[in-house]
Amino acid sequence: MKFIVAFILTALLSYAAGFYFPWWNIAIVAFVVAALIPQKPGKAFLSAFLSLFFLWAIFSFMIDVNNNHLLSEKIAQLFFKVKSHVVMVLVSGFIAGLTGGFAALAGSYLRKSK
Amino acid sequence: MRLLPFLLSSAATAGLVLALNTKIGPMPPLGKFLSPQHGFWQNAEPVNKDYNEELSFPGLKDAASVYFDERLVPHVFAKNDEDLYFIQGFLHAKFRLWQMDFQTEAAAGNVSAIIGDKAIQYDREQRRLGMVYAAEKSIEETKKDEQTTNAFAAYEKGVNAYISTLTESSMPLEYKLLDDHPRKWTNLKTALLLKMMAKMLSSGTENDLLNTNAKSLFSMDEFKMIYPQVNDSLEPIVPKGTVFEKPGIVPVKPSTADSLYFGKKDTVTYSEVSKPDKNNGSNNWVVGGSKTKSGSPILCNDPHLELSFPSIWYEIQLTSPGNNVYGVSLPGTPFVIIGFNDSIAWGVTNAQRDVKDYYEIKFKDKTKQEYWFNGAWTKAEQRVERIKVKGSADYLDTVAYTLFGPVMFDESFSNDLSHHNNYAIRWVAHDPSNEGGAIYKLNRANNYNEYANAISTFNCPGQNFVFASKAGDIAIWQQGKFPARWDGQGLFVMPGEDSSYMWQGFIPQQENPHSKNPELGFLHSANERPADSTYPYFIPGNYIIPRGIRIVNRLKEMNGITVEDMMKLQYDYFNVFAEDARSILLKYVKENELDANGKKYVDMVKGWDLLASPNSNGQTVFQTWWDSLEVEIWKDDITRVTPAANWPESQTLMELLKKDSAMKYIDNINTPQKETLFDVVTSAIKKVSVDLQKEETAGKLEWTKHKDPTIYHLLKTILPFARTGIPVGGNGDIVNAVTKSHGPSWRMIVQLTAQTEAYVVYPGGQVGNPGSKYYDQFVDTWAQGKYYTAWFMRRGEEKDARAKWTIQFKKG
Repeated sequence: MKFIVAFILTALLSYAAGFYFPWWNIAIVAFVVAALIPQKPGKAFLSAFLSLFFLWAIFSFMIDVNNNHLLSEKIAQLFFKVKSHVVMVLVSGFIAGLTGGFAALAGSYLRKSK
Repeated sequence: MRLLPFLLSSAATAGLVLALNTKIGPMPPLGKFLSPQHGFWQNAEPVNKDYNEELSFPGLKDAASVYFDERLVPHVFAKNDEDLYFIQGFLHAKFRLWQMDFQTEAAAGNVSAIIGDKAIQYDREQRRLGMVYAAEKSIEETKKDEQTTNAFAAYEKGVNAYISTLTESSMPLEYKLLDDHPRKWTNLKTALLLKMMAKMLSSGTENDLLNTNAKSLFSMDEFKMIYPQVNDSLEPIVPKGTVFEKPGIVPVKPSTADSLYFGKKDTVTYSEVSKPDKNNGSNNWVVGGSKTKSGSPILCNDPHLELSFPSIWYEIQLTSPGNNVYGVSLPGTPFVIIGFNDSIAWGVTNAQRDVKDYYEIKFKDKTKQEYWFNGAWTKAEQRVERIKVKGSADYLDTVAYTLFGPVMFDESFSNDLSHHNNYAIRWVAHDPSNEGGAIYKLNRANNYNEYANAISTFNCPGQNFVFASKAGDIAIWQQGKFPARWDGQGLFVMPGEDSSYMWQGFIPQQENPHSKNPELGFLHSANERPADSTYPYFIPGNYIIPRGIRIVNRLKEMNGITVEDMMKLQYDYFNVFAEDARSILLKYVKENELDANGKKYVDMVKGWDLLASPNSNGQTVFQTWWDSLEVEIWKDDITRVTPAANWPESQTLMELLKKDSAMKYIDNINTPQKETLFDVVTSAIKKVSVDLQKEETAGKLEWTKHKDPTIYHLLKTILPFARTGIPVGGNGDIVNAVTKSHGPSWRMIVQLTAQTEAYVVYPGGQVGNPGSKYYDQFVDTWAQGKYYTAWFMRRGEEKDARAKWTIQFKKG
């Protein structure tokens, strides 16, 4: 249950904060959520990782579909020499997941007593 | 709290955020860049994007409307000129901000501040060429003209109004990739953009440095033979037989010229870092009503420039009281540069004239504070150039300014530091002038006199302004400020120790080559010498001959001309140079000495239809063979020149061989035997037939595959947002002048019937953002030689279905 609450809360707050703050708001959100909702460090990491992975991946996927993959394919070619929009969606999700995951880990250690 | 894991994971998070927020090598700050709310995803425009908007700015005087058609061409309707140019600035910024910002920074020599130390030499050259100095002088001059000053000021406000709306998310993609930010627009940046055009079109049109080297080896007679001023096959811009008036100025050759100038055998080791492409040429022509089916004139123009994304052009219609003009504009400056209005149409090609000379300066010492001039030590101004470098300390460069101009080359610049000669440049682009003012007036000209008056103050880069009016007049002026030179002046580096070698004046503007309503019923220009040898001035330049010949040949034989005929001519693939050159190759090749492979390729050239079509094998073989022949003939001679000289033009070689098949340079001086034309033509094909075979096996013999036409993003090597393998034929000396990444940057055909008809296309798209479907929208249409019908929108057509989106501007 905590896992799901943390998952949803991290995504929602990050989405809202994204309109006002720089991209690294996701780290702060994940940290705060993990500190407020105590979970085992591993679970905290995983819930934040998945939450932000899906937030960024779904968000970019929707933009990408509306864009007919025009830009994602160009950027993928620039970074990875492949013409693949999926790669850009996955990499975006992974970067967010990783950042949020580590922040949540720190948040959970802040709360953990032993 | 578990302190250690907490600290470790906190540190890992902070480190990660920091790393993902920093540009590392070529990679942008990844976190920022990949964020769907901040990064590149925000530049991925929905393909069905709605461009309707209502905007208000305190800088506006009144309400105004902009109607976009389905190609995103804006039709701007404003109630006064200030609002009109405010909105033009706003639209340029909205659709092309990064491009105009980057190009003007590049013109000023500020690229290192954006991409780091690899651009230092480029930046130094821009500074030493005096680009900022030139732009400052032109702003000074512009201040004398209220209309241009107001237009520039309104434009500046409009660009900045857009910049102030930008957020991290809406920043153009290139800024995000380079981790850069837009700079505030100024009228100096507008002037810099015009000077960028001046460099592109009037700085690569001289060969003084390489000519000086050639002179060290060749006698003046030899020099004139291999680098002739007037080619035999020239079709000049003003028709042959035009009578020229007695010159208003007759420059006098200095008495020391034979010994100190023509006879001097020194060489130059400096070379330019970024010399403009010689193919920066263009075609334009106009046919009078006597030759058209409609009875009204038809005007055509296709300027040939480096093809890039975003395109150098932005299509627009500008309407304000007393002004209704349609055509292409240059993002970075107000006005329409090439286009038409209710009464006239005009187009430009480059004059290719030499307006830049080098003078050798003698300084008292290394501080370059004083130089020897007219028998006395004269003070040189010192301009300290501070070049900002991303990631390193500023680079300081001191440039000495003499009476001639800035000392571009000295022992600190550029490639070879063993020679310590100092070369100052005298360049017309440094003289005060207001090109914007000329274009402002041209936009509003209603007849021949107003056109001729408008362009008369256009100084640099010299252009061939072709003209047609609804009244039925056709005309052309080669307009620019051109030095009046004595015979041979400025072909080579000149002595700079006194005033005797300075320019003695300029050709009076009225004497610039021009023609109005000629008997033939048409006029043209295609970067050739503007007049034949009866023109009473010495006018060196980097002229291109073949395209003009083809255009004249076609227009002479055509009658009852329609717009479709003109479309075909702009797309024409006929290789007029090869018509003569092929007969030389086929006449002198010794087929019995060739293997089966060689014979096969000779047969391909024999059976070739002389068209440089995309799928032509003959064109590829012919071009390769001819290039090989040039190596056979010139390599032994030209490479004797140290450090380097120009290779003679293909047209010149063809004419020399046509006149004299025993021309002395055919012989290879490095071999004991004497080669004949038979020998070199035969060895030329032998040497390339192996490579041709390889290309054929790889499926690359077809001309377009051989040439691989490509349009790159302006950041070429940094961004791969290019279109490669565009299936289009042509070549630099063919009317459809597409080379590897250079060619017709805009095609326009205007028929001046009561209701103006205009057909246009350019190889790009209205939106500079690579994430927009409009980024490269017109490329395929352009490649196929097709056109869009321009909508010259009238008041009252606001509800027309062609007005797809509207931006309403309000004061507030």
